[in-house]
Amino acid sequence: MKKLINKAENVVLEQLQGLAAAHPELYLNLNPRYVCRREIPDGKVALISGGGSGHEPLHCGYVGFGMLDGACPGEVFTSPTPNQIYECAKKVHRGAGVLFLVKNYTGDVLNFETAAELCLADGIQVQCILIDDDVAVKGGGGTAGRRGLGITVLAEKIIGAAAQAGYSFEQCAALGRRINQNGRSMGVALSSCVVPAAGKPTFTLGENEIEIGIGIHGEPGIKRMPMASVDELVQILVEHIFADPDYTRIVHELNADTGMWDDVELVSKQFAKGDNVIVLVNGMGGTPVGELYGVYRKLALLCTQYGITIQRNLVGTYISSLEMLGCSISILRADKEMLDLWDARVATPALCTLGTVCTSSK
Amino acid sequence: MFTKETAFTWYTKAAAKMSEHKEELHDLDAAIGDGDHGINMDRGFTWLLQAVPEMQNLRLGEVLKTSGMILLSSVGGASGPLYGTLFLKGSATVGERDALTSSELFAFFDVGVAALVTRGRTKSGDKTMYDTWEPMLLEYKKQLESGATMVEIMRACVDAAAAGMTATIPMLAQKGRASYLGERSIGHQDPGATSSFYLIQALYESIRE
Repeated sequence: MKKLINKAENVVLEQLQGLAAAHPELYLNLNPRYVCRREIPDGKVALISGGGSGHEPLHCGYVGFGMLDGACPGEVFTSPTPNQIYECAKKVHRGAGVLFLVKNYTGDVLNFETAAELCLADGIQVQCILIDDDVAVKGGGGTAGRRGLGITVLAEKIIGAAAQAGYSFEQCAALGRRINQNGRSMGVALSSCVVPAAGKPTFTLGENEIEIGIGIHGEPGIKRMPMASVDELVQILVEHIFADPDYTRIVHELNADTGMWDDVELVSKQFAKGDNVIVLVNGMGGTPVGELYGVYRKLALLCTQYGITIQRNLVGTYISSLEMLGCSISILRADKEMLDLWDARVATPALCTLGTVCTSSK
Repeated sequence: MFTKETAFTWYTKAAAKMSEHKEELHDLDAAIGDGDHGINMDRGFTWLLQAVPEMQNLRLGEVLKTSGMILLSSVGGASGPLYGTLFLKGSATVGERDALTSSELFAFFDVGVAALVTRGRTKSGDKTMYDTWEPMLLEYKKQLESGATMVEIMRACVDAAAAGMTATIPMLAQKGRASYLGERSIGHQDPGATSSFYLIQALYESIRE
């Protein structure tokens, strides 16, 4: 294992200290661990996300104006605990409620739901918005459901802009559901990654082997196959995303009146000709940016072929898996409201003003 | 009777078991999960044990509630909220009592495990820790109705929990990260079911003393 670290057990702490030193506009609380904005306007809906570390810049790198108010990092690839989330919520709450953006991993879901109950007991309006966009997991039950991938980044940006613009709690929550219902992602791993505390690769791939549909912690994907060209790999990912049929799942939302969790059915519609989209070409951590533009080239060609218009794009490493080689593609069907919010000013360590506005989809 | 001294002995033995079986829990989890269960359980019960001096002056119900908060804050992963919830919700049944009879201890587990099931939205046969707790509770109830002593009850519960734990081996995982493995999850014992067994075994040993 070759990593720029000191002791494995101090990795998360030291990296957070570095982030706070580089960005004095952020407040780092050490016990329990969370990062939050120093200046949050009164009456603004507070937005919090979190999850295991090792996916930087997600989530702490997205704390700032127009995006997250707070982020709760767990150990590497391990969920944060409810007390972190609860204390962070109390710190950033400005009287207009707190929205939790939760990637669909069992640990994250259980810890955020427990924290939501603690907040509700304190009289804080709170809701969990689930992100489950990974089409590598098929519908129909038998699993913990689709995992949260790159749509999380787009959701943090768009809902963050809405909260900054003064949207109400319910409007922000509704926007969050709508983003999740319109977003789909899939990734490919060319290599494994090494969790510092483990010191060895999370999984093993052969010298010339890749895995399609990998999860951000190395969860199993759809299939392993020999290495192929970027065009072939992008084609596989994009075809899976566009061919993915309507997807129905039950999400759980906290009922403030009963204190119980209600089942809410959400349906995502298949992409179709004529859709306007925001795309994210995301690096897994070890893949050079140049290769990601190679991915974007083919993605743009395919979208044109499918009659789908890329309105906005983001290319870079935004939700990583340590040093894993590979990429994921996220596609969000976006209406005018989402595009306007996407264009709104954002100032965070990892996302600060946005990419270009497409003038031609051809 | 189950008193806070019993609880403290239980935590001491549980912490020792989690430490002793850290590698085993790691390996079971690495096979079908993400491999952090051993480290997480060891950390959680170490913290719990370290908090015992501060809990000396609390009433039994408060001890169990505080224990739930500590597990919630220290274990992490999916197990933290599950074990934490068991203790938190279970502690609400204790009220002002300083010692629990066998039937009162049953109420603690019955309510606590029901809350764990709600939290995890799980059911029997999903290949989770509930597959250890369900047979344990059924056996507890049976023994209770037959008039067994607390030691006899818990001895039988350990056997039932062990059977429940090993019964997870042929199961197809429906929950958590293991569920993404599909058929490949078959043939592996569930790590959460295993740590639950050690917790139940530690309780029996502390009641026996």
